[in-house]
Amino acid sequence: MSDVVEKTLTALPSLLSLDSHPGSAKLSSTSKLGNLIRGITELTSKHEEEKLIQHELLAIKEQVSSPNTTMRQMKELMVRSIYCEMLGYEASFSYIHAIKLAQQGTVLEKRVGYLAVSLFLNESHELLLLLVNTVLKDLQSTNLIEVCMALTVVSQMFPKDMIPAILPLVEEKLNHPKEIIRRKAVLALYKFYLIAPNQVQHIHNKFRKALCDKDPGVMTASLHIYLQMIQENPDAYKDLTPSFVTILKQVVGGKLPMDFNYHTVPAPWLQIQLLRILALLGKNDQSTSEVMYEVLDESLRRAEMNHNITYGLKALTYVVQQDPKLALQHQMTIIECLDHPDLIIKRETLELLFRITNAQNVTVIVEKMLEFLCISEDDHTTIDLVGKVAELAEKYAPDNEWFIETMNTVFSLGGDMMQPDIPNSFLKLLSEGFDSVEEDRKLKLFAVNSYVPLLRGEPGKLPQRFLQVISWVLGEYSHLREDLEPAEVLSLLAKLLDMKNSSSETKSWVLMAMTKLCKGGTDASVTQEVSETYSSSLDTVLRQRAHELQYLSQDPELRARVLPRGANPETLEVDSSLSFLDRFVSEALAAGAAPYKPPHQRQEELDQSKALSLEPYGLSLPISMSSCSITDRQSPTLLSMSSGLSGDSADLSHKGGSSALKLDGVKRVWGREGYLAQREPVEEAAQVEVPSPIQSPGRQGEGDSLHSQTPTQTPTPEPEQEKQQLASSLFVGLASQSSVSLMGKSEPTPQRFRRKAKGQGPGSSFNASEQISSSLISPPSAVDNLLCNNLLDSNNASELAEQTSQLSQRLTTANGTCHTEAELTEPDTKGCNPALRRDNCVVAADPGPHDDPGRLTEVCLDSYLPAELSGLSHSEIAPLCANQSLNLSACHVQKEDSLILVVFIINSSESAIQQMLLQVDSEELEVSCLCDSPAGEMTSHSVAVGQYSLTVKRPAVHVEVVGTVSYQLPAGTSQSLQFSYKVPLTSFIRPFVVSTEEYGTMWLSFSHDTKQNLTLINDNQEPLTATLNALKKKLQLHVVEVIGMEGIVACRLLQDLPCLMHCRVNAGWLAVWLRSPVPDLPDCLIYHCQRALQSL
Amino acid sequence: MVCTDNIDFTIPLQPAADRRMIKFVLMVNRQGQTRLSRYYHSVELSRRAALEADVVRYCLSRKKDQCSFVEYKDFKVVYRQYAALYIVVGITDSENELSIYELVHNFVEVLDKYFSRVSVYFSLQSELDIMFNLDRVHIILDEMIQNGHIVETNKSRILAPLTAIDKMVES
Repeated sequence: MSDVVEKTLTALPSLLSLDSHPGSAKLSSTSKLGNLIRGITELTSKHEEEKLIQHELLAIKEQVSSPNTTMRQMKELMVRSIYCEMLGYEASFSYIHAIKLAQQGTVLEKRVGYLAVSLFLNESHELLLLLVNTVLKDLQSTNLIEVCMALTVVSQMFPKDMIPAILPLVEEKLNHPKEIIRRKAVLALYKFYLIAPNQVQHIHNKFRKALCDKDPGVMTASLHIYLQMIQENPDAYKDLTPSFVTILKQVVGGKLPMDFNYHTVPAPWLQIQLLRILALLGKNDQSTSEVMYEVLDESLRRAEMNHNITYGLKALTYVVQQDPKLALQHQMTIIECLDHPDLIIKRETLELLFRITNAQNVTVIVEKMLEFLCISEDDHTTIDLVGKVAELAEKYAPDNEWFIETMNTVFSLGGDMMQPDIPNSFLKLLSEGFDSVEEDRKLKLFAVNSYVPLLRGEPGKLPQRFLQVISWVLGEYSHLREDLEPAEVLSLLAKLLDMKNSSSETKSWVLMAMTKLCKGGTDASVTQEVSETYSSSLDTVLRQRAHELQYLSQDPELRARVLPRGANPETLEVDSSLSFLDRFVSEALAAGAAPYKPPHQRQEELDQSKALSLEPYGLSLPISMSSCSITDRQSPTLLSMSSGLSGDSADLSHKGGSSALKLDGVKRVWGREGYLAQREPVEEAAQVEVPSPIQSPGRQGEGDSLHSQTPTQTPTPEPEQEKQQLASSLFVGLASQSSVSLMGKSEPTPQRFRRKAKGQGPGSSFNASEQISSSLISPPSAVDNLLCNNLLDSNNASELAEQTSQLSQRLTTANGTCHTEAELTEPDTKGCNPALRRDNCVVAADPGPHDDPGRLTEVCLDSYLPAELSGLSHSEIAPLCANQSLNLSACHVQKEDSLILVVFIINSSESAIQQMLLQVDSEELEVSCLCDSPAGEMTSHSVAVGQYSLTVKRPAVHVEVVGTVSYQLPAGTSQSLQFSYKVPLTSFIRPFVVSTEEYGTMWLSFSHDTKQNLTLINDNQEPLTATLNALKKKLQLHVVEVIGMEGIVACRLLQDLPCLMHCRVNAGWLAVWLRSPVPDLPDCLIYHCQRALQSL
Repeated sequence: MVCTDNIDFTIPLQPAADRRMIKFVLMVNRQGQTRLSRYYHSVELSRRAALEADVVRYCLSRKKDQCSFVEYKDFKVVYRQYAALYIVVGITDSENELSIYELVHNFVEVLDKYFSRVSVYFSLQSELDIMFNLDRVHIILDEMIQNGHIVETNKSRILAPLTAIDKMVES
């Protein structure tokens, strides 16, 4: 490894050696801690250990609770408890004393108190709440050491719910004169971001300030937050790329103080962190990547200068994600690593090679990988590498023979550990084949040819997965080989059935293959024998296959219809809704069967029943069975009752006929209707998913010639020459621009095998239309459409229809270009040029503009509200941002069926501005401009107003609108201002009026759900009603019905995304279950419910 | 307040699972006895001893010329031997082994710096000395690693809080 490390290893004084000086531990040898340690070191058996620790625990227990114990003794007791826990013996009685020590101790005692707390408790331990006051006090201490301790413990663990209590204090510390305090405050905020990101959303600007802190330590700390945030949403931080590049440049250039160096390398861990961030920012983004090339190259050069292969290799792997050409310059290093005796380094090198593979070097790289596979004994590595080889083979195979042979090796080596999608996609590929019939036949024939000898040899040694693949291929394509008698194939297959180690899954594949092959006549004896053997098998699948074999072998006509030769899998229609079972289901339901429950629901109920069993029977029984109406309703939380019971109730509802139905009107909510409503959307979805036919032009051709050009290794006595040669074959194709492969993505070279289903390129017009329909009506299940037709007023429905027709018009005019979606979100496309925003990014890199929105002109903006909105309630008009010439403010207005964002632009300067352009956009929202967006010229001290209608695309607890105003000063310089405006999701929630029956139908069809226990409000009223009313008032929900201890509530997210809520009082909590067709909506709503109840 | 026994409600708010991290740091002697352990993800107390024994047995069985990185179940282990003591770090699959390998060395250098400087009172000469100063070693480690992430590597900055504490205790 590196020289540096070697040197330090030898230079390190033998301070850690075992030859202990006799007197070294004298200091504490007489103390109780000393005794314990001595005891521990002298242990010889587990039994002794147990005796010693139990004894110790007793002694500690006695002493901690004594009132005479000093804090100093307490500190020692805590260290002793830490020892006990370290050896695996719980000392839970001391937890509370650890908290006390943190509270009452001074300096070192306090620190040990905090340390013990952080070692003893996990983050959700309730005792942590007791620490909050201590932390609060220490944060305000004048003693910096205490502030440090408090911040340290906060950044390790803190109760999520108590963050608001200390957040202002921590924020304040960001401006502390001491770097260590600022640094620890940033780390504490990072912790908050990890456990409750929404709590710190408002201080993102301060993160930017930390990033620009003059102290490198504070800057480094802020990188943790940025790495996290960029991981979640790289696009939002592209503007910071130059900043990170500059920082890395300075670090690499040795601009940091000497003590940041690790040996001679400047802050290596910081470099790694920055490289990680840059990798995220540059991924799939050529223009951003270009900004980094220079510094990446420099970092690599320096790393090599330090003779530190290893850092270089890692870094190189990051780099080639962006630019494989850079790897060229370091090829000899890579070759050396490939021959490194250390397996781990070898593997890392293969990882790197995987990233730079292209059509020209694929054979060499795959060969290296297979070589490694043969010696690897580690399952994890094997699975990983096998997947990579399969991916490369599929992507870059130079010819049929190579592809099939490589895949054969993959299947033999990968065995049964490999990911199941590898054989699946291989078979799919084979069946889809090429457009050229001849080429197609050759590929399949080659596969058949390679499998027959394998079966003639020792098939018992082949993995099950491989046998399955072989059976399928022979069943489908062995007829392509004319000299091969079906009878021979049949007997080869039959041999597989007799093998002891064949799994029943393999056997069913074999039987299936035999069914395809048998023709009656001479084959009859083999098939007859086999089908007889297995038609009495205990395995139901095998039995079914055997029966199929029997029948189909006797009826060639039926067989030709059921198993047509060379059937294209795409032409098969799969009724994924299983509608053909409807009659069966309804009959079963009528006969009293329990309705189907999806697995997650069953799991929930299982949990529920476990939770219930904790309660005394006297309590739970009356709730679940006291009144017939509740059991009949089969509320979701009560479905766990025995099927007999629910069957009875279903029976009852049927036999009772219409009169029974009228009695409560809610029966059979979970019955057949649920499925009926659901069927339509499923079918629609199935239609959408039919892959568009695409042509893959010119994918064939050069493959073979390229392959033959690839230099093959010739034995040369000179090892260096050999390496050079290997290098040339490995790095071939990297230099030419055309065949660069960026991690296999956006691959411009012709691919030999291409999935037909993945509609890239020619199929894009189809994809575009799909996207658009989904973006407008969000997840467009027919249920939703049905809902809005039924439930929204006619006015609104027609509006929707209009929108839809507009949509289709646009779609046809836009002719399937990629930009259609963008245009659609902003119908007024005047000047909505996405490129503009990009240009302005540079301005945003400076943390300045966000800083002082405080100073605003005293204009009463209320009066500028558009007349049609003035009567409605609107949020406070909040200042957004400002500079010398413009002031921006905004508010949102809640209309019954929409949410309007109003942006006020005030020209506060003395001169007019030109070419003003306001653009508003959002990740989570659909933004559409209501009237003409304010644009053009603005005279001095005038106000322009922009109105936007907002609809939620993707629910989040808070949704954010970002915008840019660009304009020109009279002097001709163009400027821009960026702003963001946050709206709570609750502003988009409206009551949703449904009947209980409709509710029940919808409940079944919604797939996204969440559960949570909420606090009940306990004032004079009945708690359930009181809580539901409070929620109704705060969040605009609609209470559908309240029966006994249960209530159902419904709301919709504008425009028409329903969310249903089922509430039940259970053991002093309100057990809430939310369901919606929209992902994340239940989780976001539950958050707001919690908030609403907390704020009461 | 919330009853959190079922599901954590922050699912949509939580950042994508934090994959790159240090899972634990152990100091063990040649007999496989744990002398320090620090976990950065929750592992039940009852399971720790078995896990440690297993990991350590695995590391001890390796020869000196074998690689210091091993894959263990679903995570990786980086270890370094200093005389009779092994420092063993468990990391997730996507964490950079080499950076951790050097981090371990940095940690040892920090310990060296601290304990030789205050050697009037302490001297880190054996496993025993680590044991007698368990709290201080933990305090040092806390400055370097938090939440499974490397938060400080500058030696003087790592030691600053602890030396300040020592000074206060002294006076």
